[in-house]
Amino acid sequence: METKAGRFGDFGGQYVPETVMSAVHELEQAYAYYKNDPEFQKELAALYQNYAGRPSMLYYAEQMTKDLGGPKIYIKREDLNHTGSHKINNTLGQALLAKKMGKKRLIAETGAGQHGVATATVAALFGMECEIYMGEEDIERQSLNVYRMNLLGATVTSVKSGTRTLKDAVNEAMRDWTAHIDNTYYLIGSAMGPHPYPTMVRDFQKIIGQETKRQLEEAEHTLPNCVIACVGGGSNAIGMFYDFIPNPSVRLIGAEAAGHGIDTPLHAATITKGTKGIFHGMKSLFLQNEEGQIDPVHSISAGLDYPGIGPEHAHLHHSGRAEYTSITDQEAVYAFEYLSRIEGIIPAIESSHALAAAIKIAPTMKSDEIMVICLSGRGDKDVYQIAKYRGVTIHE
Amino acid sequence: MNRIDTTFKKLKEQNKKALIPFITAGDPNYTTTEELVLEMERQGANIIELGVPFSDPVAESPAIQASNLHSLQGGTTLTGIFKMIKKLRTKTQVPLVLMMYINTIYRFGTERFFTLCAETGIDAVIVPDLPLEEHDEIEAYANTHGIYPIHLIAPTSKERIASIAANSKGFLYCVSSTGERSSFGTDMDSFFATVKQYSPVPYAVDFGISTPEQATMIQAYCDGIIIGSSIVKIVSQKKENSIPSVGTFVKSLRDALDKA
Repeated sequence: METKAGRFGDFGGQYVPETVMSAVHELEQAYAYYKNDPEFQKELAALYQNYAGRPSMLYYAEQMTKDLGGPKIYIKREDLNHTGSHKINNTLGQALLAKKMGKKRLIAETGAGQHGVATATVAALFGMECEIYMGEEDIERQSLNVYRMNLLGATVTSVKSGTRTLKDAVNEAMRDWTAHIDNTYYLIGSAMGPHPYPTMVRDFQKIIGQETKRQLEEAEHTLPNCVIACVGGGSNAIGMFYDFIPNPSVRLIGAEAAGHGIDTPLHAATITKGTKGIFHGMKSLFLQNEEGQIDPVHSISAGLDYPGIGPEHAHLHHSGRAEYTSITDQEAVYAFEYLSRIEGIIPAIESSHALAAAIKIAPTMKSDEIMVICLSGRGDKDVYQIAKYRGVTIHE
Repeated sequence: MNRIDTTFKKLKEQNKKALIPFITAGDPNYTTTEELVLEMERQGANIIELGVPFSDPVAESPAIQASNLHSLQGGTTLTGIFKMIKKLRTKTQVPLVLMMYINTIYRFGTERFFTLCAETGIDAVIVPDLPLEEHDEIEAYANTHGIYPIHLIAPTSKERIASIAANSKGFLYCVSSTGERSSFGTDMDSFFATVKQYSPVPYAVDFGISTPEQATMIQAYCDGIIIGSSIVKIVSQKKENSIPSVGTFVKSLRDALDKA
């Protein structure tokens, strides 16, 4: 999809301070080499299989199919991966790369904490030092994940600047990288940031779509009619979409966070409401005011609470190849409870946005059609937050 | 001739170094910024850098981040800053440089932005999140309007120094990696030797200088020194009443440079 290195149409690029440019180039060169290195790919494939537990299952959701009365519904179970989400695909890939590059320290930003946990996990696996930047507000929302990261030997640094959420954690991680580029690898958790990150993260996540295609071919001998994934920065979505981009019969649907509603100030619906801008290393779509100040965003899901989107999604939207819809907190919570009851699977609140979109779209499809939903993560981490949303007090 | 070239030429004739202080525009308000610019010039500043506040200034020290936020909370806008500069230009011909993030320019409209720079009397623009590879985002627009797009280099730039320097106009902005630095490493000798070798323009250094002693030490390496966080800290503390203190501090740096 890239028109030139690091560009997706007009989007992407390398808009970072000169102080990190040499590190960005070092990474670009290392990745260009290792992505074509059979030994690297072999090691990664082994880690995917033996450590992450891949391939993840493609599960036929029979109850949900019956209940919604539309297409056959399959769920791609990224929630069953080690650490409980698709994030491990990317952290294994990048940590292996960091190791090859001789880096001793991993840093990362995290919103919901899933990427932080996945990074702390691979740091433990590879014996690397690890520091995770997390917004103060997210630390409050996701205290369990903070404790998990500590258990895994990582330092979690609370970010108190700005809106104290994911974008501020990215700012701090970037500053850390600037100050320690000799020994430090910045492990970005989504398909965003300066080139080569959007391409590299997509490459490490595209296994989701590749497996789905193969598994559905085995089960149904056909392509799906649509695939649905939630979109924050967009890594699980681009991972699911990528292999289907050349198949125009497959609808690619991203579900972003509408928070309290896209007509309120409290949402994170970047594609629905965003405008073109340049931030966090990339030209893409952002929620911003007329002056180019980045807007504070809101979602019940810390993992989708980000004012931008990966450049490849901006391009897929612009070209019309993918469609994007927005899901409110309320709809996501409903979907969270729905899947728990109907299939006995507690989904992450992020993934619940994809489920909510599926619930809306399924009735418009025919019974001989097939829908695949990317269940990017499991919902154990969200139980406390959902109880709170419902006004139930839980004592741990 | 751009005011920056004139200034460096004059300084060279006098065998003096450029003193380039930074303040955030609109912190705590436009009037104070105007008064600070005039006072700093009176006390010996040669070029003034004005920060255009941004919600997420990733390349700044905590003091400047906080100052960006104060300024935005006070309602500072780019349009407001241009109005202030227009007014300032009736009172001073000191070179004025805007330090700002690319999104502010992009969102404002790049052509419209540089047109207003030229109309109000801005001499150069520094965009810390626009490396050489992406500089064509502004280069042609800036050139058309006679505004210098200032390039940054860092000790980590290494083999990039030659190509960045070759593209420079006005002056070259040397920045440390950490924003604020208390010690000055010996590897700096080779860094500045490389910069000197390739730079067709004067070069100024922003290495977290906060005392006259540091200014004295660093001036030997360069054509000018940039004072980032330390003035911003004084303004954050004393707000509207910061003018005399900033003046005294700038004077102490001027004296340190001239004595050296």
